[in-house]
Amino acid sequence: MNRLNVKKTYKLYIGGKFPRSESGRYLPAKSAKGEHLDNFAYASRKDFRDAVVAARAAFDDWSKATAYNRGQVLYRAAEMLQNRVKELANEVSRSANVSAARGKHEVTLAIDRLVHFAGWTDKYQQVFGSVNPVATSHFNFTTPEPTGVVVVLAPDEPPLLALVSLVAPVILSGNTAVVVASEKFPLPSASFAEILATSDLPGGVVNVLTGRRAELVPHIASHMDVNAIVDGARDTEISAKLRAGVATNLKRYASHSLTLADWFSSEAEDPYWLLDTVEFKTAWHPIGI
Amino acid sequence: MKTKPKPMKLSARRAVAVLGNGHPVVPLRERRLTFGNKWDYSPAPEESKNYVITPRHELFINGRFVKPHSGKHFDSINPANEDKLTEIALGDEVDVDRAVQAARRAYEKVWSQMPGRERGKYLYRIARIIQEKSRELAVLETMDGGKPIKESRDVDLPLVAAHFFYHAGWADKLKYAFPGKTPRPLGVAGQIIPWNFPLLMAAWKIAPALASGNTVVLKPAETTSVTAMRLAQIFQEAELPEGVVNVVTGAGKTGAALVNHPDIDKIAFTGSTEVGKAIAKAITARADPPAGRNTRQRVSRTLPKLTLELGGKAANILFEDAPIEQAIEGVISGIYFNQGHVCCAGSRLFVQEGIYSTVIHKLRDRIQTLRVGNPLDKNTDIGAINSKPQLEKIKMLVQSGVDEGARLEQSSCPLPQNGYWFPPTFLTGVTMANRVAQEEIFGPVLSVMTFRTPEEAFERANNIPYGLSAGVWTDKGSKIFKMVNKLRAGVVWANTYNKFDPTSPFGGYKESGFGREGGLQGLAAYCQLD
Repeated sequence: MNRLNVKKTYKLYIGGKFPRSESGRYLPAKSAKGEHLDNFAYASRKDFRDAVVAARAAFDDWSKATAYNRGQVLYRAAEMLQNRVKELANEVSRSANVSAARGKHEVTLAIDRLVHFAGWTDKYQQVFGSVNPVATSHFNFTTPEPTGVVVVLAPDEPPLLALVSLVAPVILSGNTAVVVASEKFPLPSASFAEILATSDLPGGVVNVLTGRRAELVPHIASHMDVNAIVDGARDTEISAKLRAGVATNLKRYASHSLTLADWFSSEAEDPYWLLDTVEFKTAWHPIGI
Repeated sequence: MKTKPKPMKLSARRAVAVLGNGHPVVPLRERRLTFGNKWDYSPAPEESKNYVITPRHELFINGRFVKPHSGKHFDSINPANEDKLTEIALGDEVDVDRAVQAARRAYEKVWSQMPGRERGKYLYRIARIIQEKSRELAVLETMDGGKPIKESRDVDLPLVAAHFFYHAGWADKLKYAFPGKTPRPLGVAGQIIPWNFPLLMAAWKIAPALASGNTVVLKPAETTSVTAMRLAQIFQEAELPEGVVNVVTGAGKTGAALVNHPDIDKIAFTGSTEVGKAIAKAITARADPPAGRNTRQRVSRTLPKLTLELGGKAANILFEDAPIEQAIEGVISGIYFNQGHVCCAGSRLFVQEGIYSTVIHKLRDRIQTLRVGNPLDKNTDIGAINSKPQLEKIKMLVQSGVDEGARLEQSSCPLPQNGYWFPPTFLTGVTMANRVAQEEIFGPVLSVMTFRTPEEAFERANNIPYGLSAGVWTDKGSKIFKMVNKLRAGVVWANTYNKFDPTSPFGGYKESGFGREGGLQGLAAYCQLD
């Protein structure tokens, strides 16, 4: 007799915990070929607002952690992912209906990208900050600081790699993130959240919502405890709505509209992306003559 | 006002007069805290039995441990009890040549061809293994070099791992470090390191070299090779390609063979100014290097690049408006950290006149509370002097200070019978012309002088051939930055001292050497910038 597989419901990842949607809703995850894979939670506006609260609560400790510590935490996430390449590759290939090799390629590239950005935590200040030779007798320097809570919209594809490439430059500087995952293929991102939960990343630093992007978008730009939006969704309608929204409250908005192939290239490994979600602070201090 | 005190003998301890009624009476200005045996702690030794030191260490060349060409080994002893710890291979010119050839092959065939991202991942691996073996390495470092376990455990090892971690991240980001340039590696780096921070100095040298694509031949200090060889095992465990790092142990001759090898592209040296100058001379002397028999037609057309991190005689400048208790702690750790075996030790204390007597009083009390003894004990503040010659040098210089009229202040702490020890010491009434104000003692000895104005402070601080580091203690920010601007020193600590971080460049002005280690500037020392 054949053994019956156990089916899993993929849940949201908020504040280090895995709740179902408060709305009680779920959606079926379908493969690119249309097969029903598993069910996943269908996040509501309230879930989004809960995620922002969790991200805000995590911001203080995460942004105060030393750059060295944040670097090690990101590297730890890469370590955690390494032994689960097969699992994640399987999620990618069964969802997006790509070959196992392609799935593996996406996951290993995601690992290397985490390692790459882990190295930026204690270097971006040296590359992007400055000491300014002002004409008065003052010591004057400019340092980048994390802006706060950032909403990240991931594109549908590649489901894991794009999410990692967008989130890593946001959190490495000390921001916390609320991620709206791939709508078409949410299972790899939900599985990735389970890996993050067992890494050293404090709960609430990354929160992952699955569901319908268009339903959440109207509430993102208007949320006054969100400091910035990084839009990788590659959807002109959504982008227009977000831009119109942030124009009313001057929230930071950045768009990274890459093609599927570009996410696999060095274009998606760009430290300048982290400048989207930092503020530059300049301090003056007198020098005795 | 002040009369010059008469010279005293080194062994002289301050005696207290005893009145007829049996109560000791100490003149007011002489009074100090005496704790008797009230502050004796129970022994708290770190576990060391589980860490086996093999009786003999060979050279590490081309990824394997190999016997030295000479067939000779020398003893490495534990300076805290003079027991023989192990035997270390004595490398000669032939071994150095083999190591350089291995490094050259690894450079050309593997390491310089490898994408930065992959190089970085090797360094991350190494950093992680060091973190895992951190306690073991700390214990070995303490047994081999004599430094207190609390320092090797809480300072040396965390910094060693941090250096590999930080530089790992640079391996694939070099183009961001040098805008407008295409950084390339230099080639084979010969690195010679001192005995005061054996593993940390190895990390400072190896991590940036590997991150920027160079291969390495490392020559550890004669008295402290054990942890360098353990590091070689870590490279094996990390599966670092063979020949990328080679370790050739030995004494000065071995180091000279490395410096004089014609196929080296970069020499990095940390040690005394005397040896640093000899290296600089040796390199300039061979403007036209002869074709060596083993260089395979490759003769360095240009001289090897050189960075030197040499001696220091740092001024720790204490202003009247300084937070005094904090400053005293800074002065104490500034000079007694690692038995004063620190090139950037705050070995000259300049005290503003108004607080002089307070500072002396507090220093006298504070050194009395420092625990000198078994370096493996977790409560020990000051461990063993690294070697007998170093102890002799410290004694000789302190005696010269006393002979030249300085007043000796020492802790009355008991010293162990075996091993090499020197109690925490400071000298008052020192003048700028005294040897103890000019020469690097490299021991737990502080020379105290006074000043009146900030101008006098930085002029006296700068009036020395060294320029590695300095300390400033004041609550006034503008004064700090004025002093930072005026001091001719590579590192200036304000209201803190002896702080190190892989992101922060370290290195000296003047005869304290040139080049920086750490940060962006440290990377530049290992890159060809075209």
